[in-house]
Amino acid sequence: MIRSLPSSKRYRTGFNIFIALYFIFLFAPLIVTMVLAFNDSMYPSLPWQGFTLDWFFGKGPQKYGIFHDQTNLRSLYTSFRVAIAVMIVSTFLGTCAAFLFEQEQFRFKGALYFLMIAPLVIPGVILGISILMFSNTVGLFIEDHMNIYVKFLGPGFPLVVLGQSSFISTIVALVVSARLKKFDRTLEEAAYNLGANKAEVLWFITLKYLRPSIIGGAAMAFLMSFENFNTTIFLVGSQATLPINMYMQVRDGSTPVINAISFLLILITSAIAVVNLYKGNESYL
Amino acid sequence: MMKNKKSMPWGFLFFFLPVVLWLFLLIVLPHLELLRLSFTKANTGKLTLDNYLAFFREPIYWLTFVRTAAYSITVTFLVMVISLPVSFYISKIVKGRLSGMLMILILVPFWVSELIRVYGWMILLRESGLLNHLLVSVGLFKQPVEMLYNDITMIMGLVYTSMLFMVVPVIGVMDDLDNSIIEAAFDLGASKRAIWRTIIIPHCTPGLVNGGIIVFMLVLGSYLTPNLMGGKNSLWFTEQIYNQIILYFNWNQGAAFGFLLLVLSSLIIWVLLKLTRQNLKEVVK
Repeated sequence: MIRSLPSSKRYRTGFNIFIALYFIFLFAPLIVTMVLAFNDSMYPSLPWQGFTLDWFFGKGPQKYGIFHDQTNLRSLYTSFRVAIAVMIVSTFLGTCAAFLFEQEQFRFKGALYFLMIAPLVIPGVILGISILMFSNTVGLFIEDHMNIYVKFLGPGFPLVVLGQSSFISTIVALVVSARLKKFDRTLEEAAYNLGANKAEVLWFITLKYLRPSIIGGAAMAFLMSFENFNTTIFLVGSQATLPINMYMQVRDGSTPVINAISFLLILITSAIAVVNLYKGNESYL
Repeated sequence: MMKNKKSMPWGFLFFFLPVVLWLFLLIVLPHLELLRLSFTKANTGKLTLDNYLAFFREPIYWLTFVRTAAYSITVTFLVMVISLPVSFYISKIVKGRLSGMLMILILVPFWVSELIRVYGWMILLRESGLLNHLLVSVGLFKQPVEMLYNDITMIMGLVYTSMLFMVVPVIGVMDDLDNSIIEAAFDLGASKRAIWRTIIIPHCTPGLVNGGIIVFMLVLGSYLTPNLMGGKNSLWFTEQIYNQIILYFNWNQGAAFGFLLLVLSSLIIWVLLKLTRQNLKEVVK
């Protein structure tokens, strides 16, 4: 049964095989995707035609590697900008929310807290369409009544950032709250007694204590934004983010350049994930 | 508003205002607008029930809805069944270092974008895919078989993409289960099945509910996996929403569909919480 109890050999072998199969199931698609990035073929499939780096560095005319693929590079840059913006917005909002719900007392706190965790159980598609519709209505209203066309209320960069932040902020808030709960408030009182004002206490004591969780939350916000599809698809204008651009290529069939992008993304995200875990941040979900 | 006399109101407002703006502008008002649009007629703005009546009149709409719900429940259940032994193995069978390593291995694919994971399955399973290539060259298959674009593959894909959201919380609760309880049951002659049924599963219920809610919501709102792995015949309700809004530009109909999806997901999550006597606030921690 458990490791301290005796169990039959058959039971142990069976369990080990099950786990081995599970991990093969988990990693097979990722490994295949990564390996085929180096296949010297026009299609992401076997037979193996030999090793090549063309899908990374190829300059054409037949094979355009990722570093010379203008469309993919542009969407990569868009995704990067969006992710940075979302990271800043949602880290700020999430940290404010953590302080608000952990340290302040006010009426309707329970109701407001419920609203804050609601985005976790609202499908991303619905967040996307409702924010699209609301901003469109507001835009039309302003146009009708004040004769001003507000560009940022239409689909595009600002709307994507707001849409993604609407639920990523909640995740950051939960990560920061988890650490703030363990904070010893007598440290604040000690600082007050030594003559610090509220802003100084916040900056030098509390935020300093929260720093690992804020960095962890920000890293999660960046990654979640970078890979988001469901919410983004409704809010994106003419500038496609990387997942949306990749989706169209995957749907319509594409060259192994997609594998090359995936290879890089898998390596980078795994590295960030592992570093984040080793930093001793327990709240990865 | 203030009950906590120690903190100054402007300090409170500094946290309060951004959070309230976020929750009202990005969550509450957009959903009210979604509700309003779903009850109005396109262009005229008159109140109508047509959008909802269309849903019930056209079998394709409500059949897709029922299908999506049924498959999401199936996937959630399958994910629970697979996660239990996997979590048990990592938490109770293997020793410290290895357990930590397996944990990191399980978490890494969770950071990789859904699109890349689905793409990996596509190049593995499609007619020109890797698995077909291997099976034909070994001689098991005479000719390649299309393994993509059917319901079973789609369910497998959905299980795969949402698996990790179940394993993590279940391992979390499994770690808290005191081994001596299992040992005691074993010493008193309980069978493995009895130990699972009366000790392990009841103890893991909070983790299962926590994971179940997230998995269910993700699967229900998923777009990429059904769209890319399920092919043309596998209708998913999010695709109907996408079609109404992006292809037909019928926002009012799309709003009604979105609202129905929201009601469905809230309802099932509520039932799950009631059945297991949990509440949402406890579950998201």
